[in-house]
Amino acid sequence: MSVSVQEADFDVGAETAALSAGRLDVGAVATFVGLVRADKLSGAGSEVSAMTLEHYPGMTEKSLEAILAEAGGRWQLQGVRVIHRFGRLLPGDRIVFVGVASAHRGDAFAACEFIMDYLKTRAPFWKKEDTPDGGHWVDAREADDSAAARWAD
Amino acid sequence: MSVKVLYFASLRETLGYSHETLTLPESISTIGALRGHLARRGGAWEALGEGRNVRAAINQEMAGPESAVADRDEIAFFPPVTGG
Repeated sequence: MSVSVQEADFDVGAETAALSAGRLDVGAVATFVGLVRADKLSGAGSEVSAMTLEHYPGMTEKSLEAILAEAGGRWQLQGVRVIHRFGRLLPGDRIVFVGVASAHRGDAFAACEFIMDYLKTRAPFWKKEDTPDGGHWVDAREADDSAAARWAD
Repeated sequence: MSVKVLYFASLRETLGYSHETLTLPESISTIGALRGHLARRGGAWEALGEGRNVRAAINQEMAGPESAVADRDEIAFFPPVTGG
């Protein structure tokens, strides 16, 4: 299990391949990649021209590691890789990578979705969108809270 | 007791501070009490008041209003997170 919080982009192919490299017990690798969208802003003609991601160094890594540990307790996982970028990003840029290796697809799919749902509500990142009318902080969505809540048992 | 307090994202911009070191009176022993203490500074600090959507962490772990604050803790206040 490994976590990186970085400004640099990442190589999806290399990260995905690394999850099963040199192993014969991995039967499934599920990955998720989150990207910056050029959303139109409500009520304005402008759209997002860039985004700046702020985070809480130290707590970010700790919270991601805790989420991965919880996923490891719920499913049989052979490997997990999470990369989350911060700093200034442009529409189309990659923001986040979650890759999960397991013996079977069920565990890989479920753990990948669980990690993203928990990351959305527990990892201390904040998005600020740049538009021609200035910057504005993205509001948290209730849909993200309910997505995370459905994993409670 | 002395604590370090960090502010992030929109809250940092509203307050105009990213961090400060505070000496707290003995009566301030929880996150909820600390929020009230800071909100009583008035003006922009009312953003920390009761009912405002502010999250907190103690020593880099999520904390609730009843969580106890101890000497030398690193406390953070921030809006709900929006990563991913």
